[in-house]
Amino acid sequence: MRYRALAFGAALAAVAVMAGHTVAGQSPAAPAKKAIPRTPDGQPDLQGYWTNSTYVPLERPDKVTKALYTEAEFAALVKDAASREAEQTEPGTVADVHYDFSQFGLDRSQSAFVKNDLRTSMIVEPATGRMPPLTEEGKKRAADRAAERRRAGATTDAVQNMPIGTRCLIMAGSGPPMMNAGYNSNYQIVQSPGYVTILVEMIHDARIIPIGDKQAALPAGMTQWMGDSRGHWDGDTLVIETTNLNGKNPFRGSSEKMKVTERLWRVDANTLGYKFTIDDPGTWTQPWTAEAPMTKSVGPIFEHACHEGNYGVRNTLAGARLEDRKAAEAAAKKTSN
Amino acid sequence: MHIRFRAPALAVAGALAVVFGVIVSAGQAAPYRAPRGPDGKPNLNGIWQALNEADWDIEGHSAGPGRVMALGAEDAVIPGLGVVERGPLPYLPAAAAKKKANFEKRLTLDPEIKCYLPGVPRAMYLPQPFQILQSQKHIMMAFQYAGAVRTIYMADQTPAPADSWMGWSNGKWEGDTLVIDTTGFNDLSWFDRAGNFHSDELHVVERITATGPDHLSYEATIEDKKVFSRPWKMSMPLYRRKDKGARLLEFRCVEFVEDLIYGALRKGAR
Repeated sequence: MRYRALAFGAALAAVAVMAGHTVAGQSPAAPAKKAIPRTPDGQPDLQGYWTNSTYVPLERPDKVTKALYTEAEFAALVKDAASREAEQTEPGTVADVHYDFSQFGLDRSQSAFVKNDLRTSMIVEPATGRMPPLTEEGKKRAADRAAERRRAGATTDAVQNMPIGTRCLIMAGSGPPMMNAGYNSNYQIVQSPGYVTILVEMIHDARIIPIGDKQAALPAGMTQWMGDSRGHWDGDTLVIETTNLNGKNPFRGSSEKMKVTERLWRVDANTLGYKFTIDDPGTWTQPWTAEAPMTKSVGPIFEHACHEGNYGVRNTLAGARLEDRKAAEAAAKKTSN
Repeated sequence: MHIRFRAPALAVAGALAVVFGVIVSAGQAAPYRAPRGPDGKPNLNGIWQALNEADWDIEGHSAGPGRVMALGAEDAVIPGLGVVERGPLPYLPAAAAKKKANFEKRLTLDPEIKCYLPGVPRAMYLPQPFQILQSQKHIMMAFQYAGAVRTIYMADQTPAPADSWMGWSNGKWEGDTLVIDTTGFNDLSWFDRAGNFHSDELHVVERITATGPDHLSYEATIEDKKVFSRPWKMSMPLYRRKDKGARLLEFRCVEFVEDLIYGALRKGAR
């Protein structure tokens, strides 16, 4: 039912769309002059349900050289992507065992998503729309990680070989930076004295951002999956700086020394601006910046008990072990013949 | 004589009454008035933690051996007076048998061992801190254990849309007390490590009141017709974490239980 509600919300949102790419183009340095809602203690009010679901890729696709699609190109792109999401299954095939995303409103086109963002990439800096080149250290790390994955074996050999999202450890939506996912890219922002909390639907991660000197920084030697995030207001823009990452959830090949600076601001009643800068001199030759605005979504956020219902990992491993046994039996039979 | 003695007797009685009255009023000090938030409601924000042994067993219990021999005294059951009012727990007969079986198999059945969401009220007295983040429409409770979260709807209230581990919580203020009504539970969480359990009929009504700048009174009334013959209540204080720099840290425990849960399915495992 919720996703029907979301679809309805998306339809409403479509009626009240912002023009073209203005959402992304809006600079936090030059905020709109109109009054924005405020909390009782005067902070810009960012509260509510939001989604960063989008069809805009992080990096500009290989053969695209322009910054913006035309509206017709964008419409065709969305239609094509939506039909691929809806037609993941073909009756009578093995793939059909997987559920149809559109059946549960899990495809982006049925849910709320950021409309009319014509950009060909989230990355705004460098102007190529692509991540800057890797440093030698970044290249070596990528090679080392690839070698380690090969050494560890197939993803079906052990749970530790599987992607961390599959293992329900953390998903892209938590970040930082907070990236959209194929589905459930939903957030709830709650503001309380001294804190802005961003509840990420996926794996119920609550990013509790202390504002100003509300909370001491984490000591340098302590690291966490989501690092240590600290916020402050720059005018009406919330700036969140994150360090102390444990490196177990590298972002596009980053090191644990990555510093993420996020900016979140109110554009209008239906839109939050969101911009992040990645600073990791051990990985990229220059810092880079991307924009991924959020659009109003329909609540509430449901419990995403990922680990508790993780039949995927169990069934995948159990299936692989069954295959191992069959292969061993076949080999033994061959030997005895 | 009578009259003469009576007067002093009355005076003594009067004096006693005054003294007694003083004692009574000291015992029932004027209720603490919590600082107000921007909306005029009591400000319950902060990092809180229970300081008791309820997670071992919500009922009174003596010390006992642990579940894992190798852990020796570190895993031994820490004794506690319990948090249940008017015990023992009023289990229905079949439920009492299940509780006993749960206890015997607690090493494999306790959801806490598998890093599963703790449910309510267990989340409130796990031996880890939680944070109250209070806005006008929603009060969030973020728990360090497993990154569990509760959203208390002070506005936009709806019935529980589906069953879940942490339930669906609607809240209201009764004077200075936050009253939370939670339903929509699944039947998978436990109350403690001793196997005390509930069904999906669980209904929890919690009352949270600030009793001082650093203390909350926490009460939970538990109703579950499939498991208990009558509603029962638990109560305990919650303490503000005063440690320098107190904050929630990540206890993302899934990775610590993967070998326990999936280790037998590793390639080449025996």
